[in-house]
Amino acid sequence: MWIYEKKLQYPVRVSKCDPRMAKYLIEQYGGADGELSAALRYLNQRYTIPDKVIGLLTDIGTEEFAHLEMIATMVYKLTKDATVEQLEAAGLGPHYSNHDRALFYNNAAGVPWTATYIQAKGDPIADLYEDIAAEEKARATYQWLIDQTDDVDLQDSLKFLREREIVHSLRFREAVELLKAEQETKKVF
Amino acid sequence: MSAGNKPDEAYYQLLTELQQLDFVLVELTLYLDTHPYDMQAVQQFNQFAQRRQQVAQVYESRYGPLLQFGHSFSRYPWDWANTPWPWQV
Repeated sequence: MWIYEKKLQYPVRVSKCDPRMAKYLIEQYGGADGELSAALRYLNQRYTIPDKVIGLLTDIGTEEFAHLEMIATMVYKLTKDATVEQLEAAGLGPHYSNHDRALFYNNAAGVPWTATYIQAKGDPIADLYEDIAAEEKARATYQWLIDQTDDVDLQDSLKFLREREIVHSLRFREAVELLKAEQETKKVF
Repeated sequence: MSAGNKPDEAYYQLLTELQQLDFVLVELTLYLDTHPYDMQAVQQFNQFAQRRQQVAQVYESRYGPLLQFGHSFSRYPWDWANTPWPWQV
């Protein structure tokens, strides 16, 4: 089971109301390489992955939910004081029509989240390579998002998330090597 | 902290300390998932886990429960659902 902890993994501060940036950040909330996709991908794959990497998938999957909450906090803080006119000017008019200021799992272009963003092949190497690719794509997205804002407070939180993608990718690469080594020792001639 | 109040400077300091300890612990957790035989890392993990418990206890005594479903104690009246929530600070 899971236990909620009433704190963010890392502080999220924003220095201004900025619905334009919120619209872009939603990519990491409900986009293909976003945190929801990441959490659901890893926590779903872990049931059929070899025992040696179940712990890693469980822990990284759980950390992704902490990142999802950080992104939600950014979006909430960037839009909570915005007027309807400001939301519309930022391209969030269609979002406001459907959701007011509520968050929703869609990408920056407004396309709703879909399970087709994630894979589960049941083949441990295929699944782990997908996970490594997902982390690298998320890292790249965080870089583009950092480039799209001049808010140094927001950049600080985004840089933390970018670095976490790098660590996760590294750990998944190590997991691949662990499984390869295990396969070698099982070979009988 | 009463509901709706803006947290004081000491709150942010203690929260930062907890977040720093938890960062060490999440890093060691993921590292140990792929390096289970690194004895020094296990020792460091247990050391930080102990320190983390102490700081969390101080935090909860001042600002209320961090966890529920029985993983934290409650004052009267029930204080788990009090503001602020993490995205409100």
